[in-house]
Amino acid sequence: MSRTGILAAFALSLGVAAPAIAQEKLKVGFIYVGPVGDFGWSYQHDEGRKAIEKAFPGRVETTFIENVPEADSERSIEQLARTGHKLIFTTSFGYMEPTLKVAKKYPNVMFEHATGFKRDKNVATYSAKFHEGRFIIGKIAGKMTKTNTLGYVGAMPIPEVIAGINAFYLGAKSVNPNVKIKIAWANAWFDPGKEGDAAKALLDQGADIITQHTDSPAPLQQASARGKLAFGQASDMTRFAPNHIMTSIIDDWAPYYVERTRAVLEGKWQSQDVFDGLAKGKVKMGPYVNMPEDVKTLAEETEAGLKSGKIDAFMCPVVTQDGKTVECKGGDRLTDEQVVSMNFYVQGVEGTIPK
Amino acid sequence: MEMLPFILATVFTAATPLLIAALGEHVTERAGVLNLGVEGMMIVGAATGFAAAVLTDSSVFGIFAGALAGMALSAVFALMVLVFATNQVATGLALTIMGLGLAGLIGQGFVGQPRAAIPPVSIPLLSEIPVLGKAIFTGDFVFFLSLVLIGFVAWGLNRTRFGLLLRAVGESHGSAHALGLPVKRIRLVAILFGGLLAGLAGAYLSLIYTRFWSPGMSAGRGWIALALVVFAGGHVWRLVLGAYLFGGITVAQLHAQAGAIGLPSQFLSALPYLMTIAALLFLSISGRKGAGAAGSLGQPFVPER
Repeated sequence: MSRTGILAAFALSLGVAAPAIAQEKLKVGFIYVGPVGDFGWSYQHDEGRKAIEKAFPGRVETTFIENVPEADSERSIEQLARTGHKLIFTTSFGYMEPTLKVAKKYPNVMFEHATGFKRDKNVATYSAKFHEGRFIIGKIAGKMTKTNTLGYVGAMPIPEVIAGINAFYLGAKSVNPNVKIKIAWANAWFDPGKEGDAAKALLDQGADIITQHTDSPAPLQQASARGKLAFGQASDMTRFAPNHIMTSIIDDWAPYYVERTRAVLEGKWQSQDVFDGLAKGKVKMGPYVNMPEDVKTLAEETEAGLKSGKIDAFMCPVVTQDGKTVECKGGDRLTDEQVVSMNFYVQGVEGTIPK
Repeated sequence: MEMLPFILATVFTAATPLLIAALGEHVTERAGVLNLGVEGMMIVGAATGFAAAVLTDSSVFGIFAGALAGMALSAVFALMVLVFATNQVATGLALTIMGLGLAGLIGQGFVGQPRAAIPPVSIPLLSEIPVLGKAIFTGDFVFFLSLVLIGFVAWGLNRTRFGLLLRAVGESHGSAHALGLPVKRIRLVAILFGGLLAGLAGAYLSLIYTRFWSPGMSAGRGWIALALVVFAGGHVWRLVLGAYLFGGITVAQLHAQAGAIGLPSQFLSALPYLMTIAALLFLSISGRKGAGAAGSLGQPFVPER
């Protein structure tokens, strides 16, 4: 499939429109920020695309364009809209403004933007509570670290990533008050070389556990090469470091994609915002391995607590880096709205958020 | 201080693929041929190298297979620009686009397969020098190969008859032709050498730098290699300096971030590129234009009959 994707990307980048084939099938388009072979973020979205094809045989046709840079995504999105796609999933935060812009021009096309917070009549948003998974791996990391220093490879300083860092740190601190976190930004979602270098820098600075919010298995692999523990991101990355991975945070978009495609087929699609996680199965945890039994039990209990809603990564009071208490809008925890727009580090995280 | 050897080792792995690809392109450009297809040859080298390594279960074999794949792609380029005298810029760009697609195809069945590391090589005695010895004299064999290649290219270009002929062809292919030099044959050798090294650099990416294959994993490193050649302005030593400087800044900025130094990370990420631009400006302002590109760089050679 990646062949078609690459060819499509080239056809589009050269401004060549694919010949429109007249047919009844619903055309569903996808824009990916990395290659489907990243074995992380884009790979999981593509699994969702395949699930649509499987769920509606003969009734839908799907297309994807991979490796679409966020800053230059408008023409790729518009290309899909122009070639008869009626439902378009744009699967990275940076596609937010381009998606809205194209959506204005094509009021009859339905758009679904992942991880964003701006909607329109024909633009829905959806995201997953990855931070729930990060809270769990934070607890594991807090228990497992010997140097009390955790390394975090970040991609871009956007709310989704910031919330992940905070959730991870809060999880770690809840079991280990002395824990410290070091953050290195790769400033790329997908650049295996640089992601790996960032992990190495963190290890050199004394981190003995690596976690990542970038798309390739490189940080995990580099940690493993030094005999250090790490986590998988977006998909189950066990195969890349079977002896050093402790679990993976797995995104499962398939049920949502199938549901939204069905809504379009039945004419019931409406703009909405969906933000769910472990409870609905959109976020799943990989097997808990390479850790002692008590840590595994802690992880499982945390997972169960998050699933039932009994606990939350952001229970009040949440205190920011500079000592201010965040307004508690959700009763005993922060609201989803506060999480998706999070732009502060919690108390104890060092460094400043790159602006 | 105890971090230094580790940091240096990281710098070397980050700089080695850039250095190797840039050395190859340097030779190609000295012969008067501009091959913008480095990124394409690199990624094909990465895909083929990884595929070959998995199929034969030998990463070392994969490294060489990747190099040969880069050379094969450069042969296509040579055919176009030497035989059909096509525009070098357009052909090179086409080569990059084709390479990216081709690599996806070659690597299709190999996505997501991990590979074990190639055991590092230690130079006896030298690697026992305290502090820096271990960092410099312990590494993967391609790193040492790259050191040999630096010497080989510098010596070959400046100290051998063939190097002299190659530079003569690059300076003025018309004059070289009039003197009876086999312009196309010399350029063919230069192009193939460039392809070989670009492929080697690519295989380094997928088998040593990060040990898995993924489409697009070269992430623009071929273009950085091209920029390094410009940065070098015709001097191998400056090319080596540029590659390690680039690798060094890339790694240093990650350390600065991890150490929570209060500089915006986007600025730090852009720093290596800013340095390249600054160096270009400096070279241009200092007015040493004669030391820059080869005289007939980029011009198609069509002998009069």
